[in-house]
Amino acid sequence: MTRISSNLKAASLLAPASVFFAACGHGNQSAVEPSGLQAEHLSFLWWMFLAITAAVYVAVMVILVAAFFRTRRAVAEDDAELSPDPLREKRASSVVKAAVAVTVLTMFALMLVSFRTGRALDTLSQAQTPLEIKVTGQQWWWQIEYKDPTPSNMVTTANEIHIPVGRPIKLELVSHDVIHSFWAPNFHGKKDLIPNYPTTLFFRADEPGVYWGQCAEFCGFEHAKMRFMVIAEPQEDFDRWYSASQQPAPEPVTDSQKFGRDIFLKSVCTQCHTIQGTPANGRVGPNLTHVAGKPYIASGSLPNDRENLANWIADPQAIKPGIRMPMNTYSPEELNALVDYIQSLK
Amino acid sequence: MKDADLSKKQSSSLTEARINDELRALESTWSDKPGIIGWLSTTDHKRVGFRMVFTAFCFFTFGGILAGLMRLQLSLPGNNFLGPDMYNQIFTTHGSTMMFLFAVPVMEGMGIYFVPLMIGTRTLAFPRLNILGYYTYLFGGLLLFFGLLLNIGPDAGWFAYVPLSGPEYGIGKRVDLWSQMVSLTEISALIASTNIIVTVMKLRAPGMSLNRIPLFVWSEVITAVMVIFAMPAVMIGSSLLSMDRLTNVSTHFFNQAEGGDPIMWQHLFWFFGHPEVYIIFIPATGMVSMIITTFSRRKTFGYTALVLTMVATAFIGFGVWVHHMFVTPLPQLGQSIFTASSMLIVVPNGVQIFCWLATLWLGRWNLKTPLVFILGFFGVFVMGGLTGVMLASLPLDTQLHDTYFVVAHFHYVLIGGAVFPLFGAVYYWFPKFCGRMLNEAAGIAHCILFFVGFELVFFPMHILGLIGMPRRVYTYLPETGWGDLNMLASIGAAVMVIATLIFFINAIYSWFWGRVAAADPWGADTLEWSLPSPIPQYAFQYQPVVQGRHAVWEQTADSPVVTGLHINNREVVATSIHDAVPDHRYGVQGPSIMPFVVSVITGAMFVGFMFTPWSLPLGMIALFFGFLGWFWSNSVEHRPPYAPLEDNPVYDDPADYKPAEAAV
Repeated sequence: MTRISSNLKAASLLAPASVFFAACGHGNQSAVEPSGLQAEHLSFLWWMFLAITAAVYVAVMVILVAAFFRTRRAVAEDDAELSPDPLREKRASSVVKAAVAVTVLTMFALMLVSFRTGRALDTLSQAQTPLEIKVTGQQWWWQIEYKDPTPSNMVTTANEIHIPVGRPIKLELVSHDVIHSFWAPNFHGKKDLIPNYPTTLFFRADEPGVYWGQCAEFCGFEHAKMRFMVIAEPQEDFDRWYSASQQPAPEPVTDSQKFGRDIFLKSVCTQCHTIQGTPANGRVGPNLTHVAGKPYIASGSLPNDRENLANWIADPQAIKPGIRMPMNTYSPEELNALVDYIQSLK
Repeated sequence: MKDADLSKKQSSSLTEARINDELRALESTWSDKPGIIGWLSTTDHKRVGFRMVFTAFCFFTFGGILAGLMRLQLSLPGNNFLGPDMYNQIFTTHGSTMMFLFAVPVMEGMGIYFVPLMIGTRTLAFPRLNILGYYTYLFGGLLLFFGLLLNIGPDAGWFAYVPLSGPEYGIGKRVDLWSQMVSLTEISALIASTNIIVTVMKLRAPGMSLNRIPLFVWSEVITAVMVIFAMPAVMIGSSLLSMDRLTNVSTHFFNQAEGGDPIMWQHLFWFFGHPEVYIIFIPATGMVSMIITTFSRRKTFGYTALVLTMVATAFIGFGVWVHHMFVTPLPQLGQSIFTASSMLIVVPNGVQIFCWLATLWLGRWNLKTPLVFILGFFGVFVMGGLTGVMLASLPLDTQLHDTYFVVAHFHYVLIGGAVFPLFGAVYYWFPKFCGRMLNEAAGIAHCILFFVGFELVFFPMHILGLIGMPRRVYTYLPETGWGDLNMLASIGAAVMVIATLIFFINAIYSWFWGRVAAADPWGADTLEWSLPSPIPQYAFQYQPVVQGRHAVWEQTADSPVVTGLHINNREVVATSIHDAVPDHRYGVQGPSIMPFVVSVITGAMFVGFMFTPWSLPLGMIALFFGFLGWFWSNSVEHRPPYAPLEDNPVYDDPADYKPAEAAV
């Protein structure tokens, strides 16, 4: 991997700008702090465009300010100049023509750089064995399915994409309701998920870490809370996570957890949610088999702790108004047990 | 210019009394009917244009209040001031208002007001049609705001992407309100455009050949042509959407489950949507050209280049729409072509900027508020144009698309490119509206505060977009780190509100108590400045004969004028398209209430179509009778004056026409 953008950053006058971005400290959801091959190219393109356009802007402003200081002042009554000095006009006209020529050349150069970058972005699509993941955008969460020739080896999860560092990833992007857009800025640009238009996105993570992404095409009520995480980790960590995720949910241990499971299986929860290893196999909502291992619930909008979980189950409409999950009326003991059970689903 | 066509104004030979009689006759011929009916039925393009501008500024205020509410909601992470439902309605209404109900109509309104004056005539070609356009626009706008006030405002964004706006996901009548508003305002835009094109082509004062038309008039004509090509696309789109949504009709144009296509909507919308930006921007460039010429006290540098670049922009503007769809799964090669065309359009815009800079460089500045706003225009718009270059690049756009970077970009382009020139134009032309000047000091304070507030609001949004904030989110998590920049933007919004308040106070105060304006307080060059401020309803006592590109600057005391027009009928001289040689006398109809009646029927038909398809045939029948009444009154009330040929020398044979004092 070439650190082209870093070189450019260091060399250009834009170093203060990149320092500013770094100082903001939200590098885990940023287009200008790339952690993957494509984003690296795009970031290079960005700094290059910025350098050129900033120069143009400064030039125009300098001319304007110079014109302000050099012209003689006039008042409304002054006669307007109708037949100005032809020599000055001619000179001005040559300057304007030259400026137009420079504009044309600059645009042409920027266009070629764009096309080049476009081709560079495509190189990964020739990769031999990408990791294939199907991402389904729904109102308002992401279903993540790891493809495997053996169906029982497939892993289904939600709003959390684990990937191995350095290996090309092929995302199959699908939507069955409205248009969504998949955007993990540290790795690649956006791709729209349009019903009936399945599409693919190739990317590669080059630095391990936890990154954020979010839906970028307005998709209704909770568009703001349709977030996801990309967890890029070394291959062995990924393998460990993957094989753990293939396991069915752990059996409840304590009495409270067992009571919680009974409540879960007897109530409407099973209509929508799957917990592998139990009869619950609803496909409407996220798969909950290993939900306790996730740092966030509600599509990356709520930290996964006991209090949030209880509030979420009791009244999700207060947290994400408009979603499909209904309000649930449980007694405090029941709710307590249910949370105990869900927190055991590591 | 053939002298034989025209006669010199020989005031010495006319007695004072004769002039006064003539003016009284003109006044009564061109005046409105009295009372509320008269108010509703006016055909005076100045009144209609002003109403349009005034109404547009009302919508601008409402839209601005909505923007303020959004800034309040976004100033803190996880804020609960507005829920998602309200926020989505508000941002949709804000966008739709600013695009459909403010920016386009205000530019049309300025055109309706000033185009006839600048080309030296007394009326638009179709004065009754003109007022019909105003009412359909007004009804469309009210429809949208009633929706919001009743909490059933549209909530699918100003480009209403299907399937979110379709029957399955767009609940209730919300999106229907949006699509009917679009249809009504587009009818209005088409009416204004036809009117402006015909007026400029046929009713220019003698001598105003094509190469002498003021740049603002050129900009309005070019915009009008764009409207005629662009608006049908969105009207077809909104009509198909209404049909998809209407229960008894339930077509499947955009329904992917039945073979419809959601991407077709995007094509239809953006084929209109991108030219729309130029429909807003090109009239503003006309204003910039006017103001720069007047306030740098010299002829415009590169007149021909400026006209041709407007034409080029209008033309290329129809070939760039796919850059709004760069992240859809369309074929990459096809999309690359749109990268090229989107970069190409920078060239004509660059030529414009260079020509204006040259005019400023070579001129002597009379630094008054309108010119200060134009300086603000340069500071803001140029940056918006340059971020536009970034968005034209297909790969780069995949990162920037649908983020706050884009929000920043189009506000730089639209506020910088249209609102700054518009404010400048209002300060410039205010004396023509009411005969008084706006206060200069308040004007400069307005401009500086507006500029500072604007930069505070929108500059941080570039950074927000780069660090991952998508547009149209009603809230964000504290962990994202977007809080500080959003707070800064919200503070900037408060500064913009203060600046706009200064403007409104200035406008209201100056309207009644401002300094009384002379006919030509800025020493400007176009024909509206040869008229008293405020302008009488008949505008020109004699239509002028234009001597050059800068009509007023090149007018002399003994410049010829047009005579031979009836003063007891509404008459103007019609001229040839190319050289503006007098061709015939053109009589127009006076006020009528029928356009109002027709607009009420049209509005009712469109509102009805949200509920039942039967509103269409019923509305058509009602419209038949409405138009019958309209045309009937055309023929009986105001027969165009086909005088006998010998009394009608201009009509008869221009070559034989002998100068006359005045025809009665």
